[in-house]
Amino acid sequence: MAAAAPVARRAAAAAAPAPSWRRRVFGEHPSAWLFILPSTILILGFAFVPMAWAFLLSLQRSDLVTPAEWVGLGNYKALFSDPTFGDAVEHTLIYTALFVPLSVAGGLAIALMLNRRIRFIGIYRTLVFVPFIMSAAAQGVLFSFILDPQYGLANAALDGVGIARQGFLQDPGQALYVLVGIGLWGGVGFCVIVFLAALQDIPRELLEAAAIDGARRWATLRKIILPSLKPVLTFLFVWQTFQALQLFDLVYATSRGGPLGATTVVVYYVYEQAFQFFHAGYGSAAAYVLALAIFAIGGGQQLARVIKRRRAEKAVAA
Amino acid sequence: MSALSVGVGRRRWPLPFSPWHLVLAPLALAFAAPLIWLFLTSFMSNAQINRFPPTIIPDSFHTTGYDYVLSNALFPRWFLNSVIVAAAAVVSNLVLCSLAAYAFARMRFRGSNVVFGLMLATLVIPFQLTMIPTFLIMKELGLIDSLGALIVPGLVSAFGIFLLRQFFVSLPRELEEAARIDGCSRLTVLVKIVLPLARPALTTLAVLTFLTVWNDLTWPLIAISSDENYTLQLGLTTFQGQHRTEWAAVMAGDVLTTLPVLIAFLLAQRTFIQSLTSSAVKG
Repeated sequence: MAAAAPVARRAAAAAAPAPSWRRRVFGEHPSAWLFILPSTILILGFAFVPMAWAFLLSLQRSDLVTPAEWVGLGNYKALFSDPTFGDAVEHTLIYTALFVPLSVAGGLAIALMLNRRIRFIGIYRTLVFVPFIMSAAAQGVLFSFILDPQYGLANAALDGVGIARQGFLQDPGQALYVLVGIGLWGGVGFCVIVFLAALQDIPRELLEAAAIDGARRWATLRKIILPSLKPVLTFLFVWQTFQALQLFDLVYATSRGGPLGATTVVVYYVYEQAFQFFHAGYGSAAAYVLALAIFAIGGGQQLARVIKRRRAEKAVAA
Repeated sequence: MSALSVGVGRRRWPLPFSPWHLVLAPLALAFAAPLIWLFLTSFMSNAQINRFPPTIIPDSFHTTGYDYVLSNALFPRWFLNSVIVAAAAVVSNLVLCSLAAYAFARMRFRGSNVVFGLMLATLVIPFQLTMIPTFLIMKELGLIDSLGALIVPGLVSAFGIFLLRQFFVSLPRELEEAARIDGCSRLTVLVKIVLPLARPALTTLAVLTFLTVWNDLTWPLIAISSDENYTLQLGLTTFQGQHRTEWAAVMAGDVLTTLPVLIAFLLAQRTFIQSLTSSAVKG
C-alpha cells in the first residue's frame, strides 16, 4: 500500500492535463487499475485458473506423479458406473433432503416464536444462534464425545429413561441421520436470525391493520407474514442447499465417511480420491459433477427470478 | 412486535410472566446444553468423566485437561498458527478489499463492469471444484505445508469487495469532492475520509473474515502435512483421534478452539448479526 501511493499520484497527475492516450485506452481514471490489480489477480487467479485446470484434470488419468494420460470423458463414464460414487451421491441427497427443509421450516418456527418483546428474549436469541459460530470441527469433536456409545451423555440419558443404548455415529444405519441432527443444531440459528431480520422489516401498519380488521393469528400468518417472507425463504432454501451439498468438515471431524462408508458424501469422496488415493483426475471429475449441480441450482434460481420479473412487467403493462 | 402475540395479554393468565417462556426457555436450553456440557467436562478429571452414570454437576473442579493441552508442545503452536493465519487474512482483506471496492464505487475506468462482474461470478464456484488445482498451484509456488499456503489464497475475497463497494456507494460524495479539490490524491481521500466513515462495514468484513478463516478445516487439512504447521481446527480433530480416552483434554482443546470466536461474537454481536442478515434480507 505504501508503495502504491506515489505511483497512483503520479499516474493521476500524468492523466490530468489533457485527454491523453492513456485516458482513451483505460478510461477516465486509469489509476483505478492500480487499486484493483492485486485483488483482480488473486480472485480471478484463484477461481478461473483452477476451474479450467480442474476441467483439464478431469479429462486425464493423473496421479500427479507419473505423466498424465488423456482419457476424454472416461472419468465421467467411470463415475456413473462406480457404486461408491453412487452411494456418495445418495448420502448427499438424503442429507440435503432432510437438512434443508428441516432447517428452513425449523428456523421459521423458532423465529416466529422469538419475534416478540418479552423478558430474556435477547438471551434466548443468542443461545439459539451461538452454535452457528462454532466450527464444524469443534462441533464434531463435541458430539463425538456426547454420542460416544460407551462414555457419552446421550446413552447415559437413554439408560436413565429405560431406552436401549444406541450406536449413533458408530451405527451405519444411524450415522447419516445423526449428522443431520448435528447439522441442524449448528445450522438452524442462521435461518432464525435471517427470518428474524425479515420479520422485523414487515411494516407494523400492515399487521395493525390486519388486527383491526379482526384477522385471526393464523390468517395473519398466512396472508401477510408468509408472503412477505417469500424472498428470504427462497434465499435460505438455495443457501442451505449449497451448504448441504458441500458438507465435509463435520463428516471429517466425526465419522470420516464411515462406518462402512455410511457417511461418505460427495465432497468426502472427492477428498478421498484426490488426496488419499491420489486419483486427481477422477476426483476432479467427481468435483465437476457436484459443481454442475450447484451451478444448475444457482442458474435455475436466477432464471426463475428473471421470468417472474418479466411476468410482473407484463402484468403492469396490461 | 409480532402479530402472533396480539391477544395473549388480553387472556387471563395466572402466572406473572408470558406463557411463551414455557416454550422458549426449554428451547434455548436445548441449544445451549451441548455447550454447557462441553464447558463442564473441560473442568472435570477423566475419572469423573468416565464414571457411570456420568457426573452432571462435578463435586470438584480440575484443570488437568487444560494442563495437559497447554503443556503439550504442539497445542499452543496450533493456536499461534491459527492467530497468524487469521490475522493475516483480516489485515490483508481490509486493505485489498478497501482499495478495490473504492475504485469500483467511485472511479470510472475501462473494464470495471467486466472485472466486477467476473468477481461476483466467482462467488458461486464451490471450493471443492478449485481445491485440487489450488493445491497444485501452492505446490508449484513452494508454499504447500507452510502457513503461506493457508494465507495466500485468502488474502482478498470477492464477497468483501462487494460488501465494501455497496457501503462506499451509499456514502455522500461531497466530502470526497472537497478533498479532491484541495489536491488530495485518491488514496489520501480513501484513507483519510472514506475509511473512517466506513467503520461499520470494515468491522463486518473483519469479523466475517476472522470467523471463516478461524473455523476452516478443509483447506488446512489438504494444504498442511507437518503437525507443527497445523491450525487449531486441524490439530483438534487429529488430537481427538490420538487421545480417544483423554476426554478432559479433548474438551479443554475444544473450548480453547471455540473461545476466540465466541468472544469475538459476544463483543460484536450486533454488527455480526446485522452483517450476516443484511445481504440475505435486502439482497
